[in-house]
Amino acid sequence: MYKYDDYDQTIVDERVEQFRDQTKRFLEGKLSEDEFRPLRLMNGLYVQRHAPMLRVAIPYGLLSSKQLNMLAHISREYDKNYAHFSTRQNVQYNWPDLERVPDILADLASVEMHAIQTSGNCIRNTTSDQFAGVAEDELEDPRPYCEIIRQWSTFHPEFSFLPRKFKIAVSGATNDRAAVQVHDIGIYLVKNEAGEVGFEIIAGGGLGRTPYIGPTIRPFLEKKHLLSYLEAILRVYNRHGRRDNIYKARIKILVNALGQEEFTRQVEEEWEHIKDGVMQLDQKEIDRVKSFFTMPDYDTDASNDNTFEQHLASDKAFANWAKRNLFNHKVAGYKAVVISLKSPGVAPGDATAEQMEWIASLSDQYSYSEIIVTHDQNLVLPNVKQADLYTLWQKLSEQQLATPNIGLLTDMICCPGLDFCSLANAGSIPIAKQINEKFDDLDYLHDIGELKIKMSGCMNACGHHHVGHIGILGVDKKGEEHYQLTLGGSAEKQASLGDRLGPSFAKAEVADVIAKLIDVYIENRHEDERFLDTYRRVGMSPFKEKVYASH
Amino acid sequence: MRVIKESKVVEDNWTLVREIESIADCPAGDVIVPFAFWQENRESLLANNYRHAIWIDGDIETEAVVDDLSHFDLIALDFPAFKDGRSYSHARLLKERYGFNGELRAIGDVLRDQLFFMQRCGIDSYELRHDKDPEEALAGFKDFSVRYQTAADGALPIYKVR
Ligand code: SF4
Repeated sequence: MYKYDDYDQTIVDERVEQFRDQTKRFLEGKLSEDEFRPLRLMNGLYVQRHAPMLRVAIPYGLLSSKQLNMLAHISREYDKNYAHFSTRQNVQYNWPDLERVPDILADLASVEMHAIQTSGNCIRNTTSDQFAGVAEDELEDPRPYCEIIRQWSTFHPEFSFLPRKFKIAVSGATNDRAAVQVHDIGIYLVKNEAGEVGFEIIAGGGLGRTPYIGPTIRPFLEKKHLLSYLEAILRVYNRHGRRDNIYKARIKILVNALGQEEFTRQVEEEWEHIKDGVMQLDQKEIDRVKSFFTMPDYDTDASNDNTFEQHLASDKAFANWAKRNLFNHKVAGYKAVVISLKSPGVAPGDATAEQMEWIASLSDQYSYSEIIVTHDQNLVLPNVKQADLYTLWQKLSEQQLATPNIGLLTDMICCPGLDFCSLANAGSIPIAKQINEKFDDLDYLHDIGELKIKMSGCMNACGHHHVGHIGILGVDKKGEEHYQLTLGGSAEKQASLGDRLGPSFAKAEVADVIAKLIDVYIENRHEDERFLDTYRRVGMSPFKEKVYASH
Repeated sequence: MRVIKESKVVEDNWTLVREIESIADCPAGDVIVPFAFWQENRESLLANNYRHAIWIDGDIETEAVVDDLSHFDLIALDFPAFKDGRSYSHARLLKERYGFNGELRAIGDVLRDQLFFMQRCGIDSYELRHDKDPEEALAGFKDFSVRYQTAADGALPIYKVR
């Protein structure tokens, strides 16, 4: 993984000192709450329902075991012994003291981490495919480009006060696991007709109250132009994005108001001025950054193992886990292992200090000391030998980390909701709990198969409900928590926004409604059809009829 | 005006006129006038012996002022609220693209914690918000010693330096 040089380290160290000073000035009354707000926000510090919340950046989701141990340490030392992994591949602490946040940042800096630009109206953490570097369907590892973007966007002097937050995602694979098309800028690594690899650039996607799938504004961009092109998009947005209405300030609104053609024209015109200038990336820098993402020395004998097959045959629980929680690796004899942070009874995405330390040590033993945070709020050990899987599974089970539910109904995405977030209309964690209680039969869950439930506590859509196969949105109905459902959303390459099922439901009804939706799916499905595919084939009416019939 | 310039707090001769209706109301001396006022009164303003300056905010397109650049000794860029980052683009475009070599001045909601960014975008002088101590704000220029990107301060992208 990327290793800081002196420049990178200096910048995070100086940031710690800057924030220490800002916090001091605030506590001394020299900065007003209004003036301090954007400064703390640019360090990922929110003020929430109960206490400040600190969001720490995990660039493109990649952690070393040393870093994960530090995250565990921070949760013990400054928080309540746990942390929450978010849909932005970041990690959040819900209970730090403001006075001690500068010390947390200093601890983070000691392991090459920071909280820079994890909130505020600036360019946020660039996200990517959780299987980057190991996926079979990958054209090229996207992470070097994410890192190049991270550096360019860090303290960008022109783009630190944008109309609104700005999110970039990069994927290098055929299957989109990074929800690229619903980002402010989405980037796919693609090959052109001449066989060269470059970028397809998408702009103006986004969720929130007006969700859009972003259009492609440039089908092919040479690698050397990556940063100048991003700069051109950001400049058009910084100058012309709306600032009068926070709900209309994202780039998607600008792209839509101008129309894709006019927006593209403006970007290209801006880009003409700067494309041949000093921003051009040279191959030397691309190669330098790439050199940090080399593959480990894989064991060429790994696929000669036959114990894996034996365990699959003899241990049903292991086989269940293997079926859901393993992902094919490009090297024979290896798998990427998904560690579920969705065990029943736990808020989705939460991990205790003990679990984090446990995972860090397992990654040292079995996966070259690397861990990846997924945007579905799980963790991945990317490089595990198949011969080690059985032992690893047993060890994960000891810490409730082997729930065999990846991609299943209980592998829900869920924002913090009313329990923590001051913007929420309704709780999402209690709904996750309700669903877990209703669907506690593992065989049934496996029979239902892939089903992505995504839940947000308000229109801000942090839980990406628009792109859930079933989306759940918390709404306020005369002071009561209600839930609106959507069907048929997806953030994959063939992306789609969910359609509204109908009037909202009371809190107690949600899991029952989902059970009915699943009945309809099971009655109608063709063999090997996922819920999403059946919905796309049969449409809304059978679902609607069943759910509202008894009302 | 009391401003920060070249890392010092200095008093200079410019007077900022935020709003003005008629040329008769225009004070004598070096005045910074709204761009719209400049457009309406260009000839009479040019006829006086003072230095000329305008102020603009993000509602005005940078390109709209470009033809007149040679007349200006100074352009003030307004930050009506520090969250409004449009003037950062103004600054870079004026300096880097349109070759403005007069003085760029930040006015409005100008605060210590933005100075580092403003300086990088090519702003030369700063009228700090009036309730803030400019001497204390000087430290803001030194927040960071490393710059990742190119900007109007002539820094090369870090990848050309490594
Ligand atoms: S979706 Fe709404 S309730 Fe949930 S975390 Fe985001 S802002 Fe808070």
